[in-house]
Amino acid sequence: MTDNTTPPNPSASAAASQLFAYAPAPESRAVVDLAPSYGLFVDGEFREAAGGKVFKTLSPATEEVLAEVAHAGEEDVEAAVRAARAAFGPWSALPGTERAKYLFRIARVIQERSRELAVLETLDNGKPIRESRDADLPLVAAHFFYYAGWADKLSYAGLGPDPRPLGVAAQVIPWNFPLLMLAWKIAPALAAGNTVVLKPAETTPLSALFFADICRQAGLPKGVVNIVTGDGATGAALVAHPDVNKVAFTGSTAVGRQIARTVAGTDKRLTLELGGKGANIVFEDAPLDQAVEGIVSGIFFNQGQVCCAGSRLLVQESVHDEVLDALKRRLATLRVGDPLDKNTDVGAINSAEQLARITELAEAGEAEGAERWSAPCELPGEGYWFAPTVFTHVSQAHRIAREEIFGPVLSVLTFRTPDEAVAKANNTPYGLSAGIWTEKGSRILQTANQLRAGVVWANTFNKFDPTSPFGGYKESGYGREGGRHGLEAYLEHA
Amino acid sequence: MSTPETSRGRLAVLKTYKLYVGGKFPRSESGRVYEVTAATSAAGAAGKGQWLANAPLASRKDARDAVVAARKAFGGWSGATAYNRGQVLYRVAEMLEGRRQQFAAEVTAAEGLSKAKAQAAVDAAIDRWVWYAGWSDKLAQVVGGANPVAGPFFNLSTPEPTGVVAVLAPQRSSLLGLVSVLAPVLVSGNTAVVVTSRNAPLPALSLAEVLATSDLPGGVVNVLSGDTAELARPLAAHADVQAVDLAGAEGGLAAELEAAAAENLKRVLRPAAQDPDWSAQPGLERMTAFLETKTVWHPVGA
Amino acid sequence: MPTDAAPRDAGRGTLPDVTSSNAALRRFLHGLPGVDAVGLEARAAALGTRSIKTSAKAYALDLAISMIDLTTLEGADTPGKVRSLCAKGASPDPSDRTAPRVAAICVYPDMAATARRALDDAGAGEIHVASVATAFPAGRAALSVKLADTREAVAAGADEIDMVIDRGAFLAGRYLRVFEEIREVRQACGDAHLKVIFENGELATYDNIRRASWLAMLAGADFIKTSTGKVAVNATPPNTLLMLEAVRDFRAATGRQVGVKPAGGVRTAKDAVKYLVLVNETAGGDWLSPDWFRFGASSLLNDLLMQRQKLTTGHYSGPDYVTVD
Repeated sequence: MTDNTTPPNPSASAAASQLFAYAPAPESRAVVDLAPSYGLFVDGEFREAAGGKVFKTLSPATEEVLAEVAHAGEEDVEAAVRAARAAFGPWSALPGTERAKYLFRIARVIQERSRELAVLETLDNGKPIRESRDADLPLVAAHFFYYAGWADKLSYAGLGPDPRPLGVAAQVIPWNFPLLMLAWKIAPALAAGNTVVLKPAETTPLSALFFADICRQAGLPKGVVNIVTGDGATGAALVAHPDVNKVAFTGSTAVGRQIARTVAGTDKRLTLELGGKGANIVFEDAPLDQAVEGIVSGIFFNQGQVCCAGSRLLVQESVHDEVLDALKRRLATLRVGDPLDKNTDVGAINSAEQLARITELAEAGEAEGAERWSAPCELPGEGYWFAPTVFTHVSQAHRIAREEIFGPVLSVLTFRTPDEAVAKANNTPYGLSAGIWTEKGSRILQTANQLRAGVVWANTFNKFDPTSPFGGYKESGYGREGGRHGLEAYLEHA
Repeated sequence: MSTPETSRGRLAVLKTYKLYVGGKFPRSESGRVYEVTAATSAAGAAGKGQWLANAPLASRKDARDAVVAARKAFGGWSGATAYNRGQVLYRVAEMLEGRRQQFAAEVTAAEGLSKAKAQAAVDAAIDRWVWYAGWSDKLAQVVGGANPVAGPFFNLSTPEPTGVVAVLAPQRSSLLGLVSVLAPVLVSGNTAVVVTSRNAPLPALSLAEVLATSDLPGGVVNVLSGDTAELARPLAAHADVQAVDLAGAEGGLAAELEAAAAENLKRVLRPAAQDPDWSAQPGLERMTAFLETKTVWHPVGA
Repeated sequence: MPTDAAPRDAGRGTLPDVTSSNAALRRFLHGLPGVDAVGLEARAAALGTRSIKTSAKAYALDLAISMIDLTTLEGADTPGKVRSLCAKGASPDPSDRTAPRVAAICVYPDMAATARRALDDAGAGEIHVASVATAFPAGRAALSVKLADTREAVAAGADEIDMVIDRGAFLAGRYLRVFEEIREVRQACGDAHLKVIFENGELATYDNIRRASWLAMLAGADFIKTSTGKVAVNATPPNTLLMLEAVRDFRAATGRQVGVKPAGGVRTAKDAVKYLVLVNETAGGDWLSPDWFRFGASSLLNDLLMQRQKLTTGHYSGPDYVTVD
């Protein structure tokens, strides 16, 4: 206690804050039993690549090698597609109720093993355990649970009385939410009666291989789910395979364009979930404290490696300074570091390659005259790290306002009127997501109507739910994942 | 399922069947019971008429207490997320699966079915919970939606549960029939007061034990055994009951109850003219019968 | 407790023009940024997942003990009960003299003198005596009665006064009346510090809590306090987080620092540590002191002591190893 008549001593208070430095609170790695090497999962069995090739997967937080993984070539892709084709007949002929029960089993096993999978995801991806534990894994289980329920209700999906599955689905997913993107792809495909060959990203193959083991625990028939690990060439071979009926891809717009060209002239159905440059629009009558939280989660969730990130903050000029002050104060409390520490808010960048891209674009921002600010934080010596960064005085002409950075870098622009906000928000080839912050309901709805984006969050950001369709306008891709709409990608109208 | 005789020299422990009200298992406040006996099997099994158990003969006051419990539980259950309700219904299926043999024996005795047919009915009842579990977060997507009104308005219709539903369980299909009428009431967020089959109440009373161990909040389902008409009359007339499923009302009782239900304009689901085939895939109608549609308007303009 | 070098009415920490009329005050309070309830609660829940271990936990437990306003506010309170509570506050863990003392003993006005004497007798002169006043908990009495209540409590030795606002007037939009009542009680307190209780459960909305926070701070509150502990909804992480935002923003606007006291409903060490995380990451380290943050609690103390014993001994303690008072 200080004496009742003594004014508070600021230095004593600052010392108090330092004393309450949170001690390390690491999540135990022991919950994950990592093997030195992993094979492909084809026709219900793990096997080495036909060519015997392997690649290493690293922990981006430490650069430690986690395991060696088989590198699938064309022969392996061929085997996987063949297995999926063979499994398709019986699987699609099963009563929907039985397919539903397999998917419910998978959902339950994921719930049971969720801590193990969360730690694994954090190790392989670099994302904070808080996010893999509280966001990724619950959503993964929920997604399987939701689509399990559709398997015996397809006639209610609005696609006619007896919609049919397409056949073999080739699915290629990114590294930012490895298991969640797997769930988004596999759950609706299986519910609709398709079989799949899925290729996880080169830098994050492990959770998909653990998922293969979950399929075995659930007793899923062989060949219904096949996992081929590898690089871009593996994915290209899979997408190009002539016996594939459906291609689903999540990743960059550049690769999405290539895939669209590959399937041109074939009967393959295609859905693409690609890049974005989401605008997060803060009006002057916004609930400011919550808006600041939304800005933070919009761009620093998963280190900003989110296709729907709110990477452009459009703030009404009248509240610009107030919002920026509050934002910077808030960013100073972000805890950057060991992804396995339960108190970490911002983890590692997924790869050296991605770090280089973020670094290059941030440097371009400075070179083009934007003002750079980073939260004071100490970055670990090993691994791939980038401090949360805010650019002010950004205009629509700057590269950092136009190109997807896919990292913890926020570009701040201003607007004067609602029309100007919408015009700037739409002034991009992308159209995946947007945010609106205002206490005025009619303005939310008007702005949302005018935005050319597939997902619009109002007074919140980066919210996901298996019942809610997700996908983009324009060069952010086509097709929707999630919800009733997500089934359409895997069914033919009756 | 009670088996009074000894088996291999060991005397079986018999279960006292009780009501299920507000998450607890009380005896009837009236202190009354009635004899439940085995049904005739298609093959005319020797067990016909054999004493199975003394079931509680619930009273009007038990019905009143059950409505109070169902009302109290309504806020929490209807306010739970659809995902949560779906998981709870799926949990019911998991728990029922674990007691498959017990229910097959109870249904055999209750309905006089062959063992194989009783087992099939139990399996279908388990799958029915799974089917309805999946509807919790899809119903609004199928029966609700945005309405393109001619003006600058956002306009969205969503289904909401109607409230406390009195469910008269089918008289013959003691488990599958019961599950087929109960699950659709629950999945959308209603709470229920169930009057079991008069002569075959034991599977329903055992189902209450499954519900009590399935994360279903107390009071969401309340189960009363006894005389159908004696319990149905106060429920149909009760001002704090919003709907009634007359599946188990036979003869002239259905019309009488429907007339009583008119007093506070309860939603009424009439019994089928013929005993339904409960094993058939259900449609939406048992769910939509107990839903209200709410439409919200909001202006659109900067 | 907070003190300003300058006299209280010198204008520091006030925005005179916004309190010139009820209309002006209303415009000001309703012009504060709105609170999105879902976002606020999500933020509080997210901070609730912080994992406080080892050295940080030891620090937090001791800090929490030192922030307790150890409270008894019952119709059945007797001098004996109050004396034993004072003894407990002065020596929380008889088996471990390193356990810190609590910040204050909080009692009804008629027990203030008993508490002051008991604390002094226990050699715990630094422990404050806080007294609820102003017709606690309902606040339904004439202003003259409330002021007399306050003066008597101060005269009896209370150096902190926990007043309740007139929720009826607040909800009816008579903000200036609430403001003036707080000002008059502030005057009646003399040198004693004033904590202003909103009864958040009765204000019902987060927007109201934010407005009440600013209203009380403008009127001279030294602390703003969530609740009386006598209604269904007392301190919650979201409503405390919101009040922490208010004191942070008020200091930024006026230069005057105001404390926060959650009361009622904080029962476990785990809860208390979560509140300290809210303080740490919202208002900041300047508030991590009994001068600026208090817990209104009674059973919380024993749980903190049991957790403290666990850290010392390495095994879980039990209720037989802390004292009942």
